[in-house]
Amino acid sequence: MIEIRGLTKSFGSLPVLRGIDLTAAAGHVTAIIGPNAAGKTTLMKALVGLVIPDGGDIRVGGVSVRRSWAYRARLGYMPQLPRFPENLTLGELVALIKDLRGAAAPGEEALLGLFDLAALLARPLRVLSGGTRQRISAALAMMFDPELLVLDEPTAGLDPLSSRRFKDLLDAERERGKTIVLASHVMSDLEELSDRIVFLSEGKVFFDGTLAEILGQSGEPTLERAIARMMEGERR
Amino acid sequence: MRQALKVGRYALADLVRSRWILAYAGFFAVLGWALFYFGEEPAQAIVSLLSVVLIVIPLVSAIFGVTQFYNTREFVELLLAQPLRRHSVFFGQYAGLALCLALAFVVGVAGPFLWYGAGNREDVGPLVGLLLAGIFLTLIFVALAFLVGIRTENRLRAVGTLVFLWLYFTVLYDGLLLLGIMLFDAYPLERPLVVLTLLNPVDLARIVILLRLDAAALLGYTGAIFQQFFGSGWGMVLTIGALLLWTLVPTALAARLYATKDF
Repeated sequence: MIEIRGLTKSFGSLPVLRGIDLTAAAGHVTAIIGPNAAGKTTLMKALVGLVIPDGGDIRVGGVSVRRSWAYRARLGYMPQLPRFPENLTLGELVALIKDLRGAAAPGEEALLGLFDLAALLARPLRVLSGGTRQRISAALAMMFDPELLVLDEPTAGLDPLSSRRFKDLLDAERERGKTIVLASHVMSDLEELSDRIVFLSEGKVFFDGTLAEILGQSGEPTLERAIARMMEGERR
Repeated sequence: MRQALKVGRYALADLVRSRWILAYAGFFAVLGWALFYFGEEPAQAIVSLLSVVLIVIPLVSAIFGVTQFYNTREFVELLLAQPLRRHSVFFGQYAGLALCLALAFVVGVAGPFLWYGAGNREDVGPLVGLLLAGIFLTLIFVALAFLVGIRTENRLRAVGTLVFLWLYFTVLYDGLLLLGIMLFDAYPLERPLVVLTLLNPVDLARIVILLRLDAAALLGYTGAIFQQFFGSGWGMVLTIGALLLWTLVPTALAARLYATKDF
């Protein structure tokens, strides 16, 4: 479980997060949505420890993660734009992450197979396409069977087959009680995966509820329309 | 520490396969080979190499360092998402890059020297001086590159800043020093000059080598003072100490900023 209380962050004089309160429960997919520059990626990065918050607190399993690094052994992260050292091969990258984590990777073979990566192990990473990198990123994030998954637009760039497999996998992970936080602009991701939707706008939580609540509140027939309306309403 | 070593090892493994590093080592090898081949004695070749080392190493270390800093940005984000300390990632990355550049230089220069001058024992001293100077300049300018890279997200500004720093240390500083000497030529300036020399790593590197070549006599009276000061045991300790400080202070500063940087 992840609890975020009063999280603030500014870049220079620009406030990006202005007091975020949020709880992501185990066994749930919490989707973070919102217009561009709403603070989604900053929030995700704060969870991982890439961005250092100015104020507030993030607790994972009840323990504050401020100045802590060990909690990341229980966390898998997919960044928005995965890029890897150009001269290493995929096999070396996998070995590197395993070596750095110093942990067993129970999901290694299954994930490399699932995302069609096993045949690419000897290839240098510089020759692999964007979609392939995204698949690698997914495999690396889940390989160590982490309790928490922080996924920043994970299906962007994935072909339909990989995207389908990825979503099925995420469904299974949720069933196993994982805490999943996901940012996405893809409506089908949200409709299929999310248990809860958190709408961020200008660094604040603008709406926090289930899919049914969002639809009911807006009176729109589809999620896309409901979200579009929410964005319009919030701009007015 | 173990984490940092692991990160450094992979940074090194990635870099030694880069064409740029091979080209860099090749540059010193070809230059060294040509200078030893055409020069009358190894000492001469070392003096010629010295001028190149003092100009090229700071520039390449700074520019390659900052480029690498930005190019590995996403990969560093991947590393920082692992259960690692930030310091481990920083020092691993810094050491991997600096050692790789230093290694390319050492291999490039030592190769032709061993080929041509291996029999001559008295040339080993200047060579060691040259290698030491080159290694220090690499460590220092990669640290400065990381410092600038951490401070600004803007690549162009970072490169501009580093080119200015390079110009300052290799050209402007000596120019300003000369201007000062001209303006204050009525005063005894030798001792202030010794102090001012300590404030420029490129000048320090130059001294490390020149004093091993007995070329200081060419520098006149000031040279004599320098010889007296820097040539003594204490002077050598001070020079190396100052170069160490020039390495440690920017590195420590960069590590501190890195610990609270947003990625």
